[in-house]
Amino acid sequence: MITAASLQNPACPVPRTAGPRIQLGHGSGGKMSAQLLRERFLPRFGNRYLDELGDGALVGVQGAEVVLSTDTFVVSPLEFPGGNIGHLAIHGTVNDLAMMGATPKYLTVGFVLEEGLEVALLDRILDAMQGAAAACGVDIVTGDTKVVDRGKADGLFVNTTGVGFLRDGFRPGPRRAAPGDAILVSGPLARHGMAVMAAREGLAFEADIESDTASLAPLVESLRAAVGDRAHCLRDATRGGLASALNEIARASDVGILLTGQPPVPTAVEAACEMLGLDPLYVANEGVLVAFVSSDAEDAALAALRAHAAGAEASLIGHVTAEHRGLVALKTGLGGTRVVDMLPGDQLPRIC
Amino acid sequence: MRYLTEYRDPQLARTLVDRILETATRRWTLMEVCGGQTHTIVKQGIHEVLADAVEMIHGPGCPVCVTPLEQIDRALHLAERPDVIFTSFGDMLRVPGSECDLLHIKARGGEVRVVYSPLDAVEIARANPDKEVVFFAVGFETTAPANAMAVWRARELGVTNFSVLVSHVTVPPAMVAILEDPACRVQAFLAAGHVCTIMGWDEYEPLVKRYRVPIIVTGFEPLDILEGIWMSVKQLEEGRHELENQYVRAVRRGGNRPAQELVGRVFRIVDRAWRGIGTIPGSGLGLRPELAAFDAEVKFGLASIRAEEPAECRAGEVLRGQLKPYDCPAFGTLCTPENPLGAPMVSSEGACAAYYNFGRLHAGSEAVT
Repeated sequence: MITAASLQNPACPVPRTAGPRIQLGHGSGGKMSAQLLRERFLPRFGNRYLDELGDGALVGVQGAEVVLSTDTFVVSPLEFPGGNIGHLAIHGTVNDLAMMGATPKYLTVGFVLEEGLEVALLDRILDAMQGAAAACGVDIVTGDTKVVDRGKADGLFVNTTGVGFLRDGFRPGPRRAAPGDAILVSGPLARHGMAVMAAREGLAFEADIESDTASLAPLVESLRAAVGDRAHCLRDATRGGLASALNEIARASDVGILLTGQPPVPTAVEAACEMLGLDPLYVANEGVLVAFVSSDAEDAALAALRAHAAGAEASLIGHVTAEHRGLVALKTGLGGTRVVDMLPGDQLPRIC
Repeated sequence: MRYLTEYRDPQLARTLVDRILETATRRWTLMEVCGGQTHTIVKQGIHEVLADAVEMIHGPGCPVCVTPLEQIDRALHLAERPDVIFTSFGDMLRVPGSECDLLHIKARGGEVRVVYSPLDAVEIARANPDKEVVFFAVGFETTAPANAMAVWRARELGVTNFSVLVSHVTVPPAMVAILEDPACRVQAFLAAGHVCTIMGWDEYEPLVKRYRVPIIVTGFEPLDILEGIWMSVKQLEEGRHELENQYVRAVRRGGNRPAQELVGRVFRIVDRAWRGIGTIPGSGLGLRPELAAFDAEVKFGLASIRAEEPAECRAGEVLRGQLKPYDCPAFGTLCTPENPLGAPMVSSEGACAAYYNFGRLHAGSEAVT
């Protein structure tokens, strides 16, 4: 029989996620990632810039406001339908800068190459980076290359760090979502994660699923022009998917989030997720943003997003509420409500 | 036909909800047997909209939840061996054993791989002749044919470095155990549609007669479950107790005979311990003695690995339907998906995880971050 005493001093032999070693789940973007950040990094490095936990940091450099962001890219396979790691490395950092409201300007790149990597593959990745950087209007201004023994890296790892500049009072931030805000999502979900998984596992689906990797900077620029600072908060829904992005904002802004509209998922992606026992709300995107805009800006913001190919299917998915602070809830088709929680680690496929 | 959205139509679902609410003159207590059904019920909020007509008790049909601690410990032991590649369905990886889980073993250097099909494990064995490849054969009658197929295929191909750690369970003996319990409150069952796709429903008819309880073979989509509930409520209101098949698009009386034949060729009925419940006679499948070469327990001498379950975990009462997950004092505080005390919190099909993830708003429990 269970007693209060036994609960306070559990003799349970069950393990904790906080084991003595790093697990893959620590890189999932879910609760284990957040725990690692909270318990290991922030206590040591915490300062007024880092503690904001934005996609980048807003710093002052000789009177100018500059946004810095960095991201490291690891993906297997290096090439997948819709792009390669080079596209991700440019778009990822460009998008993080854009989510801070900054216009991306300069990038640095750092490579870890594995002995034995085919030069032809490296060329394709570098071509992708050059093309993506040119399209985004950013210059790669410095870089570094290291080579490690065969087996020590998954072909290659790449880090990009970006610098962008802010414009006239546009300051979206993770703490600024407010009750009443409309929540918009810029496009269909889960394409990147499922495209990579299909390529990795050699799965063939009826319709090709392509990664959505894209620069979101043009969408943000349109939003800025259309609604300005009524766009309170922007986030790209990368690893951990839309659900994790929403949970991060709910906690950072200390608000509740109620989803009432069905986030769009392409038919082929939905079928693939069903088959593999995965929930598209938790699958990674590389070209989808979530925008929290004041309710009077909803229509203008939707129109601004829809003016772009990457935002053509933008839609309203819910609202911010003062209730159930820190939680994301979803209204089901039947009229019930459920919590859309952050996952502990990586999503595990269900047995049957 | 996409066989997906058709069975999730909100308009039709609301029609069925209304019909159930109109039909019920009192509140009935139903048990859905399968974890997949629990998942749909909580995900769609079905228990919430039907609260006036039915109380849904979540049954023991989550394979991850009922795999005994001892078998998990044996899996961990094997996965840690440098000569072993341990293969498993995905959601077994986070199930806690006595010391840790398969994800921790992987982080410590054990080779643990997720497979979608047990036949993939046989292929891994063929591709790695210098390694022993073990597949964790868990689940109900639904996964048994594919797991049997893997063993049979390995035997046909003469693959000697492949074996299975078996922890298969079967549904009817568990239902008998629930019905025989003096504390049993279940008035009708939604039987597990996919189990019946394999086994048919012959085994359930004696239960209907002996215990005078309606059993409805039911599918997994929202409309399936609502229709199954409606058929149950109708029987109860009319004082009938019959076996009915809601899942007509998948289930036939005799089930899938070739699959049953294959299962019979590879497995035999054994006593099996259920996590949180205890040993139920004749409730498991084990490898036939003539296939002992493929039995990881024999091959690696695992019989000495024994384990007792933690006393704080009340998973057994949850699995028997005597405790709602949020009535457990450990729920959401000591026991969370990141730090599970019991298996029902681990799998997304587990009753506790289903409630934790999907039901906290209405369970009245504090948000846990």
